[in-house]
Formats: sequence, C-alpha cells, structure tokens
Amino acid sequence: MKLFQVRGGIHPDYRKDQTSEKAIVVMPLPAALYIPLQQHIGAPAETLVVEGDLVKKGQMLARSQGAVSAPQHAATSGRIAAITEVPAPHPSGLPQLTIILEPDGKDEWGELPAPIENPFTVDAHAIHNRVAESGIVGMGGAAFPSAIKLTLGTQKKLDTLLLNGAECEPYLTCDDRLMREHAAEIIDGGRIMAHALGVSRIVVGIEDNKPQAIAAMTQAASAFPTIEVVAVPVQYPMGSERHLVQAITGRETPARKLTADLGIVVHNVATARAIYNAVRFGRPLLTRVVTVSGSAVRTPQNVEVRIGTKLSDLIDFCGGFALRPERIINGGPMMGQPLPSLDVPVVKGTSGILALTAEEINDNPTSPCIRCGTCVTICPCGLSPVEMAAFIRKDNLETAAKLGVMDCISCGSCSWVCPSHIPLVHYFNYAKGTLNDQDRERRKNDRVKTLAEAHTIRVEKVAEAKKAALAAKKAAAAVTADSETTPPPAPSVQEEKVNA
Amino acid sequence: MTLTTSSGPFTHKANSVQKVMTTVLLALLPATAFDIYLFGWPALFLFITTIASCVAIEAACVALADQPAKISLSDNSAVLTGWLMASSLPPWSPWWIGLLGAVFAIALAKHAFGGLGQNVFNPAMVGRTVLLVSFPVIMTSWVLPHPLFSASAPSITDAIAITFGGHMPDTVSAASALGYVKTELSRGIPVTQSMTQVAQVPDLMDMAMGYRAGSMGETSAFLILLGGLFLLYKRIISWHIPLAVIATLFLMGTVFNAVDPARFTPGLFHVMSGATFLGAFFIATDYVTSPVSKPGQLIFAVGVGLLAWLIRTFAGYPEGMAFAVLLMNGLTPIIDQYTRPRVFGRSRKGEPLPLSKEKP
Repeated sequence: MKLFQVRGGIHPDYRKDQTSEKAIVVMPLPAALYIPLQQHIGAPAETLVVEGDLVKKGQMLARSQGAVSAPQHAATSGRIAAITEVPAPHPSGLPQLTIILEPDGKDEWGELPAPIENPFTVDAHAIHNRVAESGIVGMGGAAFPSAIKLTLGTQKKLDTLLLNGAECEPYLTCDDRLMREHAAEIIDGGRIMAHALGVSRIVVGIEDNKPQAIAAMTQAASAFPTIEVVAVPVQYPMGSERHLVQAITGRETPARKLTADLGIVVHNVATARAIYNAVRFGRPLLTRVVTVSGSAVRTPQNVEVRIGTKLSDLIDFCGGFALRPERIINGGPMMGQPLPSLDVPVVKGTSGILALTAEEINDNPTSPCIRCGTCVTICPCGLSPVEMAAFIRKDNLETAAKLGVMDCISCGSCSWVCPSHIPLVHYFNYAKGTLNDQDRERRKNDRVKTLAEAHTIRVEKVAEAKKAALAAKKAAAAVTADSETTPPPAPSVQEEKVNA
Repeated sequence: MTLTTSSGPFTHKANSVQKVMTTVLLALLPATAFDIYLFGWPALFLFITTIASCVAIEAACVALADQPAKISLSDNSAVLTGWLMASSLPPWSPWWIGLLGAVFAIALAKHAFGGLGQNVFNPAMVGRTVLLVSFPVIMTSWVLPHPLFSASAPSITDAIAITFGGHMPDTVSAASALGYVKTELSRGIPVTQSMTQVAQVPDLMDMAMGYRAGSMGETSAFLILLGGLFLLYKRIISWHIPLAVIATLFLMGTVFNAVDPARFTPGLFHVMSGATFLGAFFIATDYVTSPVSKPGQLIFAVGVGLLAWLIRTFAGYPEGMAFAVLLMNGLTPIIDQYTRPRVFGRSRKGEPLPLSKEKP
C-alpha cells in the first residue's frame, strides 16, 4: 500500500525491548479494588450500589448519566466496602468519588447480558447499546466513550474504520503484545465495529518496529478481503489519529474537524478487543493490559490488570522498585502524565505505568533559546514552537493563539528535541488552558450581556406602556374633567429578579 | 519522587547548548590548526588573546547582569564567538585588535541585546566589521604563509614582538587574492590579466588547500568543508544555508564572468577565495541570527550570497561576506515572519482547510 509523507516527527529512544518479548501475565486479585466513577471523558457515572452491598463479577456498579458518559462494573465478586473520595490518577492527585470493592476471593460471575449470536446481522443499535452498557472507552489513553464514536455513522458519511496499533510512545508495548497474542479477537472486534459504523473497509495501522504484531494481524485478517494491515514508518507521533490518517490516506483533517468528517473513524486495537468480549460474551470492560516499565521497576512486563487495582499493588506484583524512581508516569513518556503517588488506581485509559529514573528522563536546567529551529522542523503540526513560547513567556496569549497554539496536540516532540531543555509543551498547555478559560468567560459574559440587554428592553417597554397608560388616563380624566386617578402599577419586582 | 507537576515529555534527547557549541568548535579545529601552522606563533598568540578576551568580557557582562556566570560560561558560546572572530582576523594583527573586537562582539553585539539567543547580529561579524572599518590598514595586512618550523617562520621572540609589540615586518605583507584582483581592476588591469599573476593570486588548487594569504582560519576551503561536512553529519546544521550561499556566489560569478571576463572574476574564484567557505558553513549558519525555518534559511542564504557578490564586485571592500551576513541578519525577523510553515489542517492564511470535494 502506498503511504504518504507526514511532516516532522522525532525518533526517541524507544526502549520497548524492556517488555516487548514477554507474554502478558494476569495479575491475581488484589486486596481491594478502587473504581472511580469517572474514568472517561464526560460526566461521572451514577452509583447503583451502597456500602455493604454484595456484588458479582461483571455487575454494573454505576450507570452512565448524560449524553457522554460510561458505566462502571465490578471486576470481581465481593462487598462494597465504601463509596468515598480517593485520590484520582491525575497529576493533581485531587480526590474523586470512588467505589471501594473488597473481593471475596471467589471471583464469581454475575448474570451477564446474553452474547449477540450473529453480530453482523443485528441492527447497529444493538451493538451501540452493548458497547455503551459494557462501559467501553477508548483504551489508547483518551478514554472517550466508544459507543458514541460508533454512532458517528448515523451523522456522517463514513467509509473506513482505522484500527490504531501504531503505539508510537516509547516503552509502551501493551498493544504490541495484545496484537501478537489476541490478533483474531481484535480483528473480530474490528469487524463488529465496522458493522456498527456501517463501513466495510478496515485498515489496521501498525508501526513497522512491531514485525510480529504485523505478521499476527495480517494472518488473522487474511480471511477478510476488506481488511488491510499496513506497516507505517516509525516516526513519533504516528499514533496521533490525524497523522495516522494522513500517513495512510494522504488526507489532512481540517482544523476543528474530526477524521470522521473525512469518512474515517479511528479506534484503538485494545478497544476492538474489549468490544469483541462485550459482544461475543456479554462481558463488560473489567480488565486491561498495562505496560509496567521503566528502569526503576524490577520486573518490567505487560500485565492484565483488573480496573481499580492500586498502582502500589501493581508495582509490588512487578517486583517493586529496583532503583529510586524520579517520576511515576501514567501513559507513555512523551504524552503521559506524572502521578503524585502510587495510591491511585489503574483506570480504563491506563496504557502504561512507567517508573523512570532521572537518567532516563534526562532533563536539564533550562538555558536560553539559541533559535536552532529544530522545533520548527520537527513539529508534526507545522507550528513554530520557538515563536509561540516567546509570546507565551510575555503572556501575550492572543498572538500565540494567532500562531496556532490551539492546534498543538501536545505531542512533546519540541520539548524532547530542544537543546536548551525549554519546557515548550508546558508553555503550550498553560496557554491552551488559559485561552479556554478566557473563551468560556467571554461566552458567559456574552450571554449575560444578551440577557441584560433583553432585560433593559423589557423594562423600557414596561415603562413606555405605563407612560402610555398614564397619558391615556390623563386624557380620559381631562375629558371627564374628573381629577381622581389611581397610582400606576409598580414594576414587577418578581420579573426583575428572574431576569437579573 | 518529584512531586512538582509539569507537563511531559519525560524523556529528552541527549543534547545541550554546550554540546552544540562544542561540536562546532571541534569542526573548526582542523582549519584553524592548519592556519596557525601556516602563519606561526603570532597567529597562535592572537588566537588565544581573542578567545580569552571574549570569555573575560562575557564573564564581566554576565556579572553586571547579575546572572549565574558558571552556566553562561560553560555553554562555550563566548569561546565560539572568539574563535570565529579570530578566524576572520589577519593572523599577524596586534593583540589589542583581538581585545577590541571582543568588546564589540560580546559586550555590544551580544549582551547589550540581552545575551545568548537575543542578539540580532552575528557577534563575531560585528566585531570583525567594526575593526575593519576602524582599522582598515591593519585589517587588510595579510601575510604570505610562514609555516611553523620553516626557515621563514618568525621565532617566538619575533612573534611576541609582532603580536604584543606592534612590529609588523613590512616585507612580508601581501594582498589577499580578492584584494589584489580588485586593486588591479581599479588600476585598469582586467581580471583576465591579474588572475594570471601567479605570485599574488595562487592557483585554485592552492586556494582550496589553503596555502595562501588570508585570515587566520579561513584560508583552507578544503579543511573548512571537512568541518562543515562534519556539522552536517552531526545534524548541527542542514545543507540549506551553506549550499545556497555557495551556489548563489558561484552562479553570480559564473554568469557575469561569461558576460564580461575582463570585469568579473569567475564563479569558482569567488567560491574558493576569501571567507566563502567559513562564511557559508560557520557564520551564516549561526542559529541565533539566521531564520528558523528551512525556506527562511534558503531565502537568507541566497541573500547572503548575492550581497557578498555585489560587495566584492562593486563596493569599496574586496571581501563582503561579513557585511552580507550582517545585512541579512537584520532581515531575519521579517523572513521568519513570512516563512512560517503551514499549520496542519489549515491553509497558508490560517483558515481551516475545506473538506475535500469528493465528500460533500
């Protein structure tokens, strides 16, 4: 297949061999599971259980609420020990409402929804519903509820499902192992998704540093002529969906549009496997494969972990720390987020847990920019990081926005390559956050202004009406030559309050 | 564990400003070492004086600005400035030329603008240019090669007298090839004739190898090319600037020489003489003062080549590389503004791309 050039990109030290040649191991039951109500983009789930309830494996513990949300399930059987606030797996470490489940050790399945016997003949809605009730979210890290992305076919004209197996982040090998060990399940899941989307063509994009995964997936897909497995060049950030779509189709997703506007929906390969399990066996999303790696970990490996397992338990399972970790990262080293402690659970979007030493991070104190221009050359989004950072330093966010800071995908290539070790992505994330806040504030102010103007107009109208009434009355009084008048009605206090 | 929150990435390329600067110094070493051999002890003394002055003035400026001196000195940028400026000086110039150049380069061109990364003009070239317009005689007093340990080489005592005592021996001075041809032309002697004066204008092979009169560090096009290729290999620079500078000079020289060989020197002569190679590989490629994008760098480099040719051909000075670079340095901000890459998913004007036609 002819591939297309993607601008910029970098070749970091991949260090995937720490885990790539070891089979996925299943982690035994931990002492407790901590299941946050929000593990996805959108509204948190709403609890269905109370403290003390006994639950079965696969039972729904919290249901989705709102248009964008996902339910949570019990990853084993046991007792609800508490529903309380626990630090979230987020850089802030802020507490989040979490269901604490004490396993009873029996790991007993509850009643599951019936398997969908022939998923390729059922209505697409049946698949959407099954995926939604199974709590499946994008497992590449973004954790967007998958069911919503599967209904895009009803709104847009689609032609291709792109399964993203690029896995361009260094260290991470969970998708690589999954494709090597469960290729047939991923392909079947992909076919189900394609049916739900109403498309026939499936392309699997895998970076060509994963030859075994490519071979396994090609083998699994060989029976289906509409499925194509494509080896894409190793070039970070190839796994970014816009860039993967460009590499494979040559088409550039316009700014502020989705790849779906080009007719292409991108899903992660691990999501495809989760959908396979949900549709074929009625099993909700209870576990995921996590790459535990980094030089600080004694036994780096890929672990199939129950959602809600505490990181401290997971690290213990991997032999604990051999070296002092400088940082614990949730995700890959390029786009992952630092975690404040190990007292947070694995969630649906946790693709990797990295314990990195200072030597691996290799950061240095920031020195002045020497304008080498490498950041401009390698930016996969065609931005000028050097210029944007200079404006953001001066807090001139408007100019930074004009230069396109909102189009930055925070892939980190510029910070990685910078000889002066300037934390460019940090600048851009700050600018994006502040600009979003300002935008929200502006919209709020606009709304208030519109309402206030409407209010003024209403008050004026009332006053005019009163004046007119008064004038009419006076005229009438003059006609009758009778001076008796009633006081004009007071303006409606209640109405003013409502509109204030 | 570090609890401070910052954005990723949590892996970085093993690279630093110091590493970049040191690699450039390494690339300069062969050409400079050859010229120090060629011009003897006085060249070495001037070389050391210039670099030491630059480092000392850098330290003084940083101290004045209340910045940590250690970081700023350890990046080797002052050493590089001193080295490049020394490379552009006549090798037997007196010591104070190096010191004065350092004051202009480091204090005026660099730190007055805010220090490393903030300067608009290439500090080494500012230093050289101020010296050239202020002391034109000294700055054009070239010497023919006097290789170390050869019979004609000045002894250490002589060298001390030359560099620190101001005793420039009259007998050894020579014009540079560019200067000689220009002077002859002003006397009405056509290029075709002056170019054949073997004593003054070395043949192209000698010029390429560097066995000729010239600035300390720029005579050997071959060794500078070697250093430049090393920088390309190390990806410190890209081909855009050096190739465009050299190609422009060559093209202008060749075309005009074809039109009037008596008036215009040939392209290859332009490429091999003066500071062409040093300028193209080491001066015009200075990160701070050249555009950041590749298209910008091409525009910049073509400008440098054109201006250098114009100055060499029509202006009062025989060599125009330093002026050309400085003039284009001044245009760098505006070149940067007009050569930003196209943002992904947007048109050149910054509007979101239209969805393509086949999918309405």
